[in-house]
Amino acid sequence: MVLLQRPHILLLLIDTHQFLQCWIAFGSANEEGQQQEEFSEELLVKPLPDHKLLAHFHFQSSAPPSTSNGCHHHLFPKAISQLVQKFRVKEMELSFTQGRWNYESWGGFDPISSSNAKPPGVELWAVFDVPQHHIDASWKNLTHTLSGLFCASINFLESTATYSTPEWSFPPASGNVRYGTLPCEAVCTENLTPWLKLLPCRDKAAIALLLDRPSLYRGFYHSQRLHLTSTESSSEGIDSGIILEQTLTVVLQPNSERAIEVHASEKHVQPSWSLSSIFGKQVSGRCVLAKSSSVYLLLDRGLVAELKFPNKENGKSAANGLTSENFWSNPSFELSVNPDRIFLEESSSHSKSLSILYMFQVEKYSESEPFDIGLMWKVPVAWLCQQTPLHASRFFMGSGNERGAIAISLKSTQFTEGFMSANSKDGSCELRVDVFQVVPWYVKVYFHSLRVFVDQQPRAVSDFIEKIHVSPSKDKMSPGVMEVVLKLPCRVNTAALTIEFDKGFLRIDEYPPDANQGFDIPSAIISFPNFHASMVFLEDDSLNRSPLLSKFQEKCPVMSYTEVLLVPLTTPDFSMPYNVITIKCTVFALYFGSLLNVLQRRVAEEERFLKAKAAKKTGRLPLLLSKLSAKLRGRRREPLHSPPSSSSFINSKLVLKVILVAGLAVGWQYFFS
Amino acid sequence: MEKVKKKIGSFSFWNWVTASIIFRLILIYFPKNLNLSSRPEVSTPLTSFRRLAEGYWLKQSFMSPYAGSMYHGSPLLLSLLGPLTINRIEGQPNHLLYSLVSVIADVVSAMLIRATGQNLRLAYLRSLESLDLVKQIEVSEFLFSGDIAALIYLCNPFTIVACVGLSTSPIENMAVILCLYGACSRLIPLAAFGWVIATHLSLYSAILIIPVIFLLGCGPDSPPRKLFLQRHQQKEVLNQSKLPPRFSWGPVIHFAFWAFLWSVYVLVLCGISLKQFGGLWEMFKSTYGFILTVEDLSPNIGVLWYFFAEVFEFFRNFFLIVFHVNILFMILPLAIRLRHRPCYLAFVYVAICSMLKSYPSVGDSALYLGLLGWFVNELADMQFSLFLFCGYVGVSLLSPVMHNLWIWRGTGNANFYFATAMVYACLQIVLVVEGVSAMLNHDRKLRNLITGKPQDAKS
Repeated sequence: MVLLQRPHILLLLIDTHQFLQCWIAFGSANEEGQQQEEFSEELLVKPLPDHKLLAHFHFQSSAPPSTSNGCHHHLFPKAISQLVQKFRVKEMELSFTQGRWNYESWGGFDPISSSNAKPPGVELWAVFDVPQHHIDASWKNLTHTLSGLFCASINFLESTATYSTPEWSFPPASGNVRYGTLPCEAVCTENLTPWLKLLPCRDKAAIALLLDRPSLYRGFYHSQRLHLTSTESSSEGIDSGIILEQTLTVVLQPNSERAIEVHASEKHVQPSWSLSSIFGKQVSGRCVLAKSSSVYLLLDRGLVAELKFPNKENGKSAANGLTSENFWSNPSFELSVNPDRIFLEESSSHSKSLSILYMFQVEKYSESEPFDIGLMWKVPVAWLCQQTPLHASRFFMGSGNERGAIAISLKSTQFTEGFMSANSKDGSCELRVDVFQVVPWYVKVYFHSLRVFVDQQPRAVSDFIEKIHVSPSKDKMSPGVMEVVLKLPCRVNTAALTIEFDKGFLRIDEYPPDANQGFDIPSAIISFPNFHASMVFLEDDSLNRSPLLSKFQEKCPVMSYTEVLLVPLTTPDFSMPYNVITIKCTVFALYFGSLLNVLQRRVAEEERFLKAKAAKKTGRLPLLLSKLSAKLRGRRREPLHSPPSSSSFINSKLVLKVILVAGLAVGWQYFFS
Repeated sequence: MEKVKKKIGSFSFWNWVTASIIFRLILIYFPKNLNLSSRPEVSTPLTSFRRLAEGYWLKQSFMSPYAGSMYHGSPLLLSLLGPLTINRIEGQPNHLLYSLVSVIADVVSAMLIRATGQNLRLAYLRSLESLDLVKQIEVSEFLFSGDIAALIYLCNPFTIVACVGLSTSPIENMAVILCLYGACSRLIPLAAFGWVIATHLSLYSAILIIPVIFLLGCGPDSPPRKLFLQRHQQKEVLNQSKLPPRFSWGPVIHFAFWAFLWSVYVLVLCGISLKQFGGLWEMFKSTYGFILTVEDLSPNIGVLWYFFAEVFEFFRNFFLIVFHVNILFMILPLAIRLRHRPCYLAFVYVAICSMLKSYPSVGDSALYLGLLGWFVNELADMQFSLFLFCGYVGVSLLSPVMHNLWIWRGTGNANFYFATAMVYACLQIVLVVEGVSAMLNHDRKLRNLITGKPQDAKS
């Protein structure tokens, strides 16, 4: 224990030392009225309806737009700032995800799910601030750099067949965006470790200490994200402030002791949990470099509505009194630690009830008195998370390995029903849905076969598709991209898009080693640009605002990803190359040889006629031919002329020919080298 | 096949034609077109109807039809046939008008084949007369090769499948036949038009320029000129009028002029229709370039797809050159040996192309099997004809089965299908080799009849 602790203390010492240095350095900078590099860490915990728990780590570092420090940074990871400067990245997001976000039970209409639910595997998009013709080169370099930084095969995204250029359906809409996914990438600790390296305290202190690998990877969903924005401040565009946002979203199953010994009646009681029981660790000490480090507990709108807080009627007035007893001592649950502050959501447009946020400040706790919150449920509670307007799923149709169809189906959720009833006065309300679908080139999509089904009835495409942008796939060159804006009536129950495709056939060396496993088609992005998932919490001091909460306030359109599809492709026989080459060449030789044989065959009397002709005409060429044929037959033929002269003639001609051929070869080499 | 041919009397020609047309129309009305339009035997990347529709859709949405690697056909085809790919008549299947166009193309081709065949037969009889061989060879037993060829073309299951399967090969075949018909009946502008269009639609038809030049220069098929000279030497009278004409350059130059004119015209039309998009260079790259580089490796009845799927990347270019040069290699020997029979030369070229081309389909086989009908009299004693007939039937039955086993059921592997493709290639090779050999033997027979020697030269 002592051995373990010693480096820890040492590190802390170094950290505090650095921190002091930073402080001194920044003291001078502050006087000039410049911003300083900041780092803040937050953890948000949210109980999910299906007895699971969402933990959302949010680390944010920012570097101010300053030239005074040159390329030196105190807190901000140097690798990232170099990357931004070198490739002129305006905005970038990289996510490593394992598992699938369950939109039905975990919700899709809150800021956490719409910006942190990611497709399985690696997803990378970046906006560049370079001229149009340099973007692809920058992208290639960026993928290689990231691949090295995060120990992942992101470099596979460099080939033009894997990334695409979304025109307008992708949120940071501009022409300089590049988007690529690797759905089959396996995500593990080797990707997490370099990600943690970017944090000033690594995982040695405060909240990051909770990132215990076994408990993280035991979860149902795990998504590690890195979002980068560089804001230009000066007109030259060299100076840029960078905001690096690192989030890790995990969905875990709290397995408390009580959950094991539940009675049949208590089956619906949510499992009680504490940070130490889910992560196996406690938050001890603080990261001295962090500006703020806090833990939040979020109670969902649906949950709050179910819990029936005593003074729900005058909830707003109560929120102003910061530590209102009513909010945290509730008959249905009990918190182990008293929250430092309670935020109540401002009225939202889409829901009647408001969510509640409990805030715990980690700074107050020390190593001797570690921080650990727990939530103990007393009565069974069941609620539903707020869902996306339409639930999207995607599947294949057809069988066999020749062709098929992709169907994207949209089903109305309980949200749309409420929305519809709210808007029914207008009569004609429309629901805008953006679909962004990338298909690899070996799935050859026939865009003319796009069909729209609304309420299971085939309808004319032009009635519901407002805008469509297609860039067809080029073999081994670029993937097919389809961006569609659908305008659906609000009372729609189901809508489906189907599109037919042919499966391509690849060369033997283009198949991966596990060719029979199939190929992944990346998720389609379904976004609802008219709906914004935002949570505005009443805060009294806007100066000292938490990055996580300000992130929640941003209006981001509701987005959901569909499933990744696995398409099996026909495989050739991998053991056959030599056989195929030899058999094919044999057949060609057969063709060539037999046809030539038929063409040059002379039958009995023709030969005699030729011989007679040859005897008559003693030209040089017939003579040579007869000699040659005699040689080939292996018989000696009586020479008509004296052998030496003839042979010398042959030799000179032969030498001439050889020289000619050699000269040609030399010329060819010279010309092409 | 021979027996079938003999059964067809000339009197029932029109009955057969109507029967075949009605059969096509019945098949067209089947729902979903019997799924023939997506069969790999019928629709190659070059002739597929769905790709045509995709190209038309892209063009309608203001994109280049060659964006993406879907469409590889001609832009003219897109402007002419493209509008037929979408639903025109309410309540009728989408492809109805397009299928009617294919049926019409087939019938026109058959009629042109018939006319050319009659032409060839008359020329043959005339030459026999001038050689005084009318008695030795029973001319009365001569079949009406034109009718037979037309019926073979119309009733061939391959042609029917290609027509009902909505591939563009009926149109391509019609262009080739138009070219040969024009050359045979000395309609030089028509021949040039056919040649230019055929070359435009599928690159391989370009080599038909050699038989067309011979046709225009020396006239239709006849026994070798040498025989006429020999005959007249024997008779000691040299009747110039009975000799076949020497090679005349006049029509050839005329043809070259018209071919140039038509190709400029076609290129200008293509240029206009692709003006907003990539222009002509993009067209050449994605039509001829696509044919020559064999980019699409989806299975077809040829053998190149599997070869290029399996061969190592390093050797790919080498083998591409080898296989394409193989077609060119045979041009000269065949042209020298069969120069007196330009129509037969054209048949051999078409057969070789359909055997060695990168994306063959049954439509190509239908063309050369139809042309084979012209020479029923000359090739009467061709060897292996029963074997070939059985082979063709067997392969066309086995190939769909193997494809089903491999692609749909997943119980077989690619080698099953490749084996049938290989057998098919071998059958075509045997057909070409035996056909050429039989034709050369026929010439030998004529010579022997003239010189009066016993017929010992048969081999």
